[in-house]
This record gives sequence, structure tokens and C-alpha cells, in this order.
Amino acid sequence: MISVKNLTKDYTKADGNHIRVIEGLNYEIEKGEKIVIVGPSGSGKSTFLRCLNLLERPTAGQIFFDGEEITAKGTDINKVRQRMGMVFQNFNLFNNLTVMQNLTLAPVKLKIMSEKEAKEKATELLKRVNLLEKADVYPASLSGGQKQRIAIVRSLCMNPEVMLFDEPTSALDPEMVGEVLDVMKQLAEDGMTMVVVTHEMGFAREVATKVLFMDEGIILEENTPEEFFEHPRTKRLQDFLSKVL
Amino acid sequence: MNERIINELIESFGKLFLAGLKVSLPLTIASFSAGLIIAFLVALAQIAKVPVLRHLVRVYVWIIRCTPMIVQLFIVYFGLPSIGIKFNSFVSAWLVMSLSVGAYCSETVRAAIQSVPVGQLEACYCDGLTFWQGMMHVIVPQALRTAFPPLSNSIIGLVKDTSLAYSVALVEILATAQRIAARTYDYFWLYLEAGLIYLIICSVLTVIQSRAEAALERRR
Ligand SMILES: Nc1ncnc2c1ncn2[C@@H]1O[C@H](COP(=O)(O)OP(=O)(O)OP(=O)(O)O)[C@@H](O)[C@H]1O
Ligand SMILES: [Mg+2]
Repeated sequence: MISVKNLTKDYTKADGNHIRVIEGLNYEIEKGEKIVIVGPSGSGKSTFLRCLNLLERPTAGQIFFDGEEITAKGTDINKVRQRMGMVFQNFNLFNNLTVMQNLTLAPVKLKIMSEKEAKEKATELLKRVNLLEKADVYPASLSGGQKQRIAIVRSLCMNPEVMLFDEPTSALDPEMVGEVLDVMKQLAEDGMTMVVVTHEMGFAREVATKVLFMDEGIILEENTPEEFFEHPRTKRLQDFLSKVL
Repeated sequence: MNERIINELIESFGKLFLAGLKVSLPLTIASFSAGLIIAFLVALAQIAKVPVLRHLVRVYVWIIRCTPMIVQLFIVYFGLPSIGIKFNSFVSAWLVMSLSVGAYCSETVRAAIQSVPVGQLEACYCDGLTFWQGMMHVIVPQALRTAFPPLSNSIIGLVKDTSLAYSVALVEILATAQRIAARTYDYFWLYLEAGLIYLIICSVLTVIQSRAEAALERRR
């Protein structure tokens, strides 16, 4: 479904020098897979995710989505992004809009649904995450866990084919992590294709079809969750796991 | 201060106030509205780095900020007719003041837009919205809240600046006072009264400003 070929990403630092953050990365994601990415801070996990939906422009390499090269010149990026949801560490709910307006803005403005259809869809999804009573409040009055569940629902309102998650529980108080992971597990059971950067190893074990270990801009190791956690092959991964488990 | 002056002042108060209501306030509102639109376009041209335009708007801001408004008024009202472009007093004042608000407020607006966290626009992109859609529906409304206090200060400044239009024969508050005083020679009292009218209008605006700020704060 998504195929990444030779992806390379350089950033230009404030002093004008370039740093290479992703180095010739290749990967194939099949429909329905749940890919969990782990790795030390600064290893390029977020950058990889942000290249997938072109929030960052790859320096070199190609990304194909359902056979179409989305890195090609002239691709309608916005059309591509409508098919990929993304959930951020710090939620990024639209602060000036109510929960309901957060959910219906894009589907209505992009003329994918009528106002009425969008509201019905949003209502149904809000029910599913038990937040219907928050429909008319502003994000500022929500807890972190509630914000993140709404953020997930906002993406789902666009009927995406893939969902990208960048450390969705890292900014939450510990007691709220569970409620967000539960929504993500539900989503996984419903068959959504997911790419998740997280430090929640329990989630990786339980949900992932594949776990990737990113280190210094490459995928150093890739395996099924059982093998990944029980038989790490590289020293780097062994060290990493001994620290986080 | 004798009875004659008191009666004269009571009578002129109505005339000055009416001049404020019929000339100064409309000029303020019309100039501020147009100026704010210009300010947003200038700010967005700079933020979106629109080629060519972003440099042109900087020249515009530079010229407006570095020349006195009264000179701009003279150029438009007394100067332009010599090359065949004629505007009446009100339109001349409106043009100059709109351009002035546009230049001065563009920096306020730009800073306010850039104070909105980048994640807000990224979230728009992730929903498939374009840059301009994100700006319209998410970024600019949030920026307006930040910019509200400095922008309302600009309105109050603008009310006072409308008195400069006196110089291009616009019969606003100051010119009305001047005309009455030219007849009665009570310059001191009439100019005091003109000042009082500005004081009243600006005080009302100040109250509205703080109420509106409190209301905006409650919606956060
Ligand atoms: N916009 C940017 N400009 C310059 N350098 C950047 C930029 N974004 C990220 N980097 C650098 O790129 C490297 C990889 O960053 P990235 O955010 O992808 O890492 P990460 O694996 O997500 O780390 P973390 O676990 O801390 O989130 C880091 O060294 C970071 O400092
Ligand atoms: Mg990261």
C-alpha cells in the first residue's frame, strides 16, 4: 500500500550546515498492517512519519501510495493527505473551534460531505469514544486524554486509509494513556492500516504486525513483535530494550 | 466664563458631536476596515513568501511609515488633481488613512499569525486542507485574538488622526469647532470642547475594547 524507496532526508541547520536524518530508507507497508516504530530520541522516527504524508519534503528517494508516486512533481499533496490521517504528540486540536467544528471543518470545506452528513459521522464517532457530551466545548476545557481521543476522531472523520501516530501518548499523564491506547486498539481491530511511533512496548507487543527499530536514520532491525522483543539481533537493539523494558 | 459662552457651548456641543458621528466615526470605520484587509494581505504575502509581491509590500510599508500622514494627505488632495486625478476630501482622507492602517497594522498581524503554533497549520494540512483554507478557518481567527488589544489601540489612534483631515477641507470635529470659533472668537473654549468630544468617543471605545477582550478571554 505504501512503498518507500531510498528515502533520504537532510535538514538545514540554523548555521547553514546540513544534517542527514534519514539515510536511504526502504520499506513496504501492506494494507491492514500495524507497524510500530521504536528507537532512541533523534533517530529520525518523527521525520520518517512526516515524510510519509509529505509534511516534510524528502531530499531524495520516492514514496508510492497505492502505486502512485506521491513524491513526484505535480502530485496534489492535499488529495493524498485526505487519505492519510495523522495524530500528533501534542494533539493540535484547532483551539478556535468547538469539538464538533474541529471534526466537521475539513470534510465540509473540502466538500467531501454535506454539513449534515459530517455532523452525523462526527456524532457517531464521538459516541464510540464516549465523548459525545463534549461536542460543543472548546479544546481548552478538555483533559489530555480527551484531546487525543478527539484528535483521533478528527482524522477518522476523513475516512482515511492509513493512520499515522507520532507518540500519541507521550504528552499524557499516566492515568490517561490507557484510554487513548484503547481507542487505537479498537481501530486496529477494525482493520485500519496504522504506523505508530511510540514508547509503549505493551502496545507494540499486543497490536503490531511488525516492529521496526530505527537508529541514526536507518531501520536497523525489523521483526514480528515476539522475535523483536525475545531475540533482538543487534547489540544496539539489545541495549535499547534493556533500557526501556 | 459667562452665560453667553455657556449657551454657545451647549449649542456647539451638538454640532461637534454630530460632526463626529457623521464624519469622523465613519471615516475611522471605513479606513480601519479597509486598512485591516490590507494589513492581512501584506502579512500573508510575507508569511507565504509570495514571489515579487512580498518585496513590493515591504516597499509600501516603508514609504507609508517613513512619511508624515499630513504630507500624504496633501499629495492626494492637492497634488493628484494636477495630474488629473481628483478625489473629494472624504475619499482622500479615507485612502490615506486606510493605507496608513494597512502599513502599521501589518506588522502586528504578521506577529500574531506567527505566534499561532505551527502544529495548528500542520494539523490542517493533515486533514487535507490547503494553506489558505487553514489560514482562513484556523490560523487567522486565533491570530485575531492575539492581535485584538494592539489593533483596538490602533482604532483609538485613528480616531484622533482623523483630525488631520481638517487640513484637506474635511469638515470633521476640529473644522466644525474652528468655523464656529471664527465667528465668535471663543477659540479657547471651542477647542477645549473639540478635545472633549474626542475624549468622549475614545473613552467609549476603550470601554468597548475591555469588554470585548473579557468576552474573548471567556471563550478560550
Ligand atoms: N525542522 C528541523 N530542522 C533541523 N533539524 C531537525 C528538524 N527536525 C528534526 N531535526 C533533527 O533531526 C533529527 C531527527 O529528529 P526526529 O524528530 O525525526 O527524531 P525522533 O526519532 O522523532 O526523536 P524523538 O524520539 O525525540 O521524537 C534530530 O537530530 C533533530 O534534532
Ligand atoms: Mg519524534
